[in-house]
Amino acid sequence: MLEHYLNLAVKSIFIENMALAFFLGMCSFLACSKKVETSIGLGIAVIFVQVITVPMNNLILNHLLKEGALAWISPALKNVDLTFLSFICYIGTIAAMVQIVEMAVDRFVPKLYAALGVFLPLIAVNCVILAGSLFMEQRDYQFGESVVYGVGSGVGWALAIVGLAAVREKMQYSNVPPALRGLGITFITAGLMSIAFMCFSGIQL
Amino acid sequence: MAGFWGKKEKQTLFEPVFRNNPIGVQVLGICSALAVTTQMNTALVMCVALTTVTGLSNVSVSFVRNGTPSAIRIIVQLSIIASLVIMVDQILKAYLFEISLRLSVFVGLIITNCIVMGRAEGYAMQNGPILSFLDGIGNGLGYSAVLMTTAVIREFFGSGKLFGYSLLRLDTEGGWYIGNGLMVIAPGALFIIACFIWVLRAWLPQLQEKE
Repeated sequence: MLEHYLNLAVKSIFIENMALAFFLGMCSFLACSKKVETSIGLGIAVIFVQVITVPMNNLILNHLLKEGALAWISPALKNVDLTFLSFICYIGTIAAMVQIVEMAVDRFVPKLYAALGVFLPLIAVNCVILAGSLFMEQRDYQFGESVVYGVGSGVGWALAIVGLAAVREKMQYSNVPPALRGLGITFITAGLMSIAFMCFSGIQL
Repeated sequence: MAGFWGKKEKQTLFEPVFRNNPIGVQVLGICSALAVTTQMNTALVMCVALTTVTGLSNVSVSFVRNGTPSAIRIIVQLSIIASLVIMVDQILKAYLFEISLRLSVFVGLIITNCIVMGRAEGYAMQNGPILSFLDGIGNGLGYSAVLMTTAVIREFFGSGKLFGYSLLRLDTEGGWYIGNGLMVIAPGALFIIACFIWVLRAWLPQLQEKE
């Protein structure tokens, strides 16, 4: 059982890295990777929100939306299938959770709040977070798996953005063709990182 | 309806396709641009889906823009977009099931596609429904232009096909063409988009970034 979870974690961090294998969260991946410090802040915020929202959406899916999931209210509802509502429920949960997390962090850990700053509210519209919930639905994860997957996919994304930021900081000293400066070269760097991450494919514990 | 199709409308529709391209210039909505472009069929369906959603969400947001308190506008926009995406997803599942399986989560991810949100927030909140609709369609087309170009390059050089029809026979099927592996794997898309941006910025130097 532990082995299964460990495998899932390795798979979601390295093999199916959200940023480098599925290109999710690209907008902030490219925009916020100019400095290592900011990228660490964003990375931590993503892990934080991902860990909460994926299991949360898993509970919503399994206990409210799935066919027959509403049978606990009354037997008449056992043929109701609300899975088509999943998108709107997930995005609602994510937006609400981000708000709550933001308020809670502000209240109890003001230091972390200052460090995360503007990134927390931005995360509500980051595709990594929604994709985590959608992959969870598509792959039919159980609750335990969804917790592991939430941690893993968040850590994987954070790893990728910190790596990219480190490369970009070093790249300030290199002579890049003017038309390729900024965005263009960042794409190429991300592509090379993505190839490097492909070496992980096939690893199994 | 004189003046319905004036210069402004035309500009709104065509500006985003090249000069203000959402992917190349505004750097929005790249996530799906990279992931769905290995085959032209999926890319085309994705383009149509996104263009529809952007156009319709811009209209709806523009209609309710005067009645929406600004404190809750993001959640209003999100729920409009999410409802539209649910409709698109249900239609795809009903009529194009195969392709919807291949697009997997990327249809759902249109919700968080920055182009849709960005246009709703940046354009539809200030402009009337007709202009907003054209702006949405224009941005959708700009996105589609990049997506389809990438898909053509990836499918043609990667597997010698266009829209699934074999043009260059692969050596694995007894032909002569050896598929370019880089085009099929995920990083290929990143390099193609990088080249696309390179060409665009060499052609329009005012877009270059100063560091």
